Amino acid sequence: MSADNIRAGYNFAYLDEQTKRMIRRALLKAVAIPGYQVPFGGREMPMPYGWGTGGMQVTAAIIGADDCLKVIDQGADDTTNAVSIRAFFRDLTGVATTERTEEASLIQTRHRIPEKALKEDQILVYQVPIPEPLRFIEPSEVETRKMHELEDYGVMHIKLYEDIAQFGHIATSYAYPVRVNGRYVMDPSPIPKFDNPKMHQSPALQLFGAGREKRIYAIPPYTDVRSLDFEDHPFEVQRWEASCAICGSRDSFLDEVIMDDKGGHEFICSDTDYCRTRMAEQGEIA
Amino acid sequence: MYVAVKGGEKAIQAAHELLARRRRGNPEQPEVAVAQIQDQLSLAVDRVMTEGSVYDPELAALAIKQSAGDLVEAIFLLRAYRTTLNRFYSSEPIDTDGMAIERRISATYKDLPGGQVLGPTFDYTHRLLDFTLLAEGNAEAELSEHATAERMEEVVARVSSLLEQEQLMVREEDSGAEPADITRDPPTYPADRSARLQALVRGDEGFLLALGYSTQRGYGRNHPFAGEIRIGEVGVSIIPEELGFEVDIGSIRVSECEMVNGFKRQADGDVKFTRGYGLGFGQCERKVMAMALVDRALQASEHDEEITSPAQQEEFVLSHCDNVEAAGFVSHLKLPHYVDFQSELELLRRIRAAESTPTEEEPS
Repeated sequence: MSADNIRAGYNFAYLDEQTKRMIRRALLKAVAIPGYQVPFGGREMPMPYGWGTGGMQVTAAIIGADDCLKVIDQGADDTTNAVSIRAFFRDLTGVATTERTEEASLIQTRHRIPEKALKEDQILVYQVPIPEPLRFIEPSEVETRKMHELEDYGVMHIKLYEDIAQFGHIATSYAYPVRVNGRYVMDPSPIPKFDNPKMHQSPALQLFGAGREKRIYAIPPYTDVRSLDFEDHPFEVQRWEASCAICGSRDSFLDEVIMDDKGGHEFICSDTDYCRTRMAEQGEIA
Repeated sequence: MYVAVKGGEKAIQAAHELLARRRRGNPEQPEVAVAQIQDQLSLAVDRVMTEGSVYDPELAALAIKQSAGDLVEAIFLLRAYRTTLNRFYSSEPIDTDGMAIERRISATYKDLPGGQVLGPTFDYTHRLLDFTLLAEGNAEAELSEHATAERMEEVVARVSSLLEQEQLMVREEDSGAEPADITRDPPTYPADRSARLQALVRGDEGFLLALGYSTQRGYGRNHPFAGEIRIGEVGVSIIPEELGFEVDIGSIRVSECEMVNGFKRQADGDVKFTRGYGLGFGQCERKVMAMALVDRALQASEHDEEITSPAQQEEFVLSHCDNVEAAGFVSHLKLPHYVDFQSELELLRRIRAAESTPTEEEPS
């Protein structure tokens, strides 16, 4: 990276250094209290709220000249918003970018955790729309903060129980609440519950940024992350009858694509890098 | 083999080129200049400055041009620029008593010191389309000589201070505390009054108008009178630390509204009128009136009123009044949600499959 690589008139990674320091302080607090939502002085970013401004502020606060950045949305590197955010950081930091999970030191994500297991020297930054897991039960922030303080999470279990009573299943398939380090109930962002087990004891640092709601939270490496469940209704992840139409994977999260106007459909890997890597490996074998 | 939508980068670029072309319109028409927008669409400029939180008519006009007249988009552009600016000083409080008034009306007194000054207003115009403007007739020549803006230079006391003197209205005190800044610190509830007012100034005019209107229709009634509305220039000054005395740095045009609201018994036993306050950059009378109504509604708990209506609920009003936040979060629904939707599909199919296959335990 050299200064000439950065768009004229802007600081490295857009935010001024004072703002970055404020965000880093919030991050340190978040790491110290796993799963606790730390309020921070979220700034207006040149992208709309709801489009990843929280994740972008976290990334901007921690990215350095030597980082290698990967940005995914729905698991894919080439979805439009991932392209836009990657271009933004390329423009304003000049750092190297990659689509390969294992090459990245910093991964900003929306709605997925990469299929390939993360390593100790990697940081995963999540974009979070609504950081408060209790929000859909209790709309008032004053009340939900109090509930976290008192570890008053009974209402959440009641909600899950009501699902079972009504549908025979816990009817939450994404943004499935987790308990972090045995203390705070946390919203894992709208990742499919398929990805929840990947958060548990992950060697990578996981940071969460909610820009509009001005909250930051974190899961330090090797932290317990348990999805809420009941003894007789244990947590389970999604399964598909089908396999990926491109690489044949039966273990990855699959997106459904409609093939014709008669409802014909196929499934493909949501994680494009995982799919491509598998294809390359199969190519070598063949 | 179907391959998921690729080539996002090229598509984005092409879309932006299309947008630029659409914004420019027919190239045979002369391009509208930023200076023209600043001058001839000044009320749009004022709204963008107020909700964009930057007093800079030229940048606001630029934002309006760039956004092809979409004011919420223009406000967003100005806000995003604002975050990159350095803060040098906080100004001293502006003094609207010393305003160079171009418009000043009171609905509570027929006449009062300083008088009623209509100034430039849409009030009392008949809303008939003026086809001479369509024909681009030379209306300027017909403007009479009476219509030259004359500003009152003398200090005109505010209606509220007259009522305060008679001890008929709740006094507003400057606590001298550093005001909150919701653009630097996350909002907390219950909010400080200064944080509340800042959020309302930045808040969406339409949202506040609807909320203010709802109080008039009985959802949190507070018996308002437009005590005073004034528009004009006020000086802005700072006290640089190294100098220690006040230095004028210029002037800004503001609109201010003070509502006189229904009386309440105060803690000291006196019965007094309560009040609501609205302020905005430039000429934004509708906004400041709505703001004053909502400001008063939000004082419900201070006046021991039961909180029953949306306009009285602080967390509801303040966390939803910002149109940059609201437009962002609503528009994010356009982003791909394949993964979440797929998760829901899988679950729904599983529930339906379980319900349609008769379980073996059930005797048939």
